[in-house]
Amino acid sequence: MVNLVWLLMLLVGIATAAFTGKIDQVTASVLEAAELGIEVAIQLMGVMSLWMGLMHIAEKAGLIQALARVSSPLIRKLFPSLREDSPAFGPIVMNLCANILGLGNAATPFGLKAMQELQKENPIKDTASPAMITFLALNTSCITIVPASIIGVRMKAGSVNPTEIIGTTIFATACAMTAAVIVDYLFRKKNRL
Amino acid sequence: MSIFTEIARWIIPFLLFFVPLYGYYRKVPVYETFVIGAENGFKTAVKIIPFLIGILVSIRVFVDSGALEIIIDFFRPLFIKFGWNPDILGIIPLAIMRPLSGSGALGVATQLIDQYGPDSYLGRLASTLQGSTDTTFFVLAVYFGSVGITKHRYALKVGLLADAVGLVASIWIVSVTFG
Repeated sequence: MVNLVWLLMLLVGIATAAFTGKIDQVTASVLEAAELGIEVAIQLMGVMSLWMGLMHIAEKAGLIQALARVSSPLIRKLFPSLREDSPAFGPIVMNLCANILGLGNAATPFGLKAMQELQKENPIKDTASPAMITFLALNTSCITIVPASIIGVRMKAGSVNPTEIIGTTIFATACAMTAAVIVDYLFRKKNRL
Repeated sequence: MSIFTEIARWIIPFLLFFVPLYGYYRKVPVYETFVIGAENGFKTAVKIIPFLIGILVSIRVFVDSGALEIIIDFFRPLFIKFGWNPDILGIIPLAIMRPLSGSGALGVATQLIDQYGPDSYLGRLASTLQGSTDTTFFVLAVYFGSVGITKHRYALKVGLLADAVGLVASIWIVSVTFG
């Protein structure tokens, strides 16, 4: 899919340039774009280092666990098909909390562990269980409270206020997550196994 | 909507105050721990360079050749008819790339922010959208793949519908907050 989008943008772009007489522009554009990639990455080094350094303290201080304890009762409500004492809850909550803090590297092992635990309780081994789908719906719609990489890109582009988009990002994330919970609930009702 | 601008003002100082303090209270060697984490951040930034360049080159050709403009012009009358801001159409490449690839979307967002300016309507919209949803296709492939699930049932529909809501919410909140 990514391959297709990448190829189409490139081919359609060059073909359009050929037809509209902008073919000279293509060479200049690709060289500039490659240079921009490096410039952005250098800007990102600073912001990402700062943010991931801070979040490493959060991780070592047990902030993921603390956040997990607080949010656990709420998250349990979203998984009616799991037993109250299911071992899947631990890694599910940890994964979501790590995601919220922007700890992608810490989140993935928890996520894979959660999938393993959910798979143990899954009666049909090659088919996604409702709990798995709920988990992934939450996982893909919930993300970091501070989007460090995009802040870096905004700094590089000379924004007056690079962090001004944090509030709008949190709002949009909250909407997407609420929608994920509702849509998942409706599909679960409709598609009972 | 000033609450969202207030959150944006306070959150980074708050986290920089609270997280190291909590770490110190929990007897974490805060400075050394910070440095180890920062090294990871540095490596992450280096690791995405090839992805960033690949996508930036492709999207830049698409935009500079006028291909994106042709698509936007095609939809513009429709948007004007409904009374929507036709500027929104510039977000199309990012909306397509966002569920497919994280580093790819970052490349597209970078191009849009660079082209329209970070403090323009589209620059802010691209920033918000990039931060507010995740790469649905990638997460489903990795997580289901890891336990051998081949029948995903309605998982993709739920993920993409949530992404669509995230897109609409981003458009709305950016319009309202930044006017």
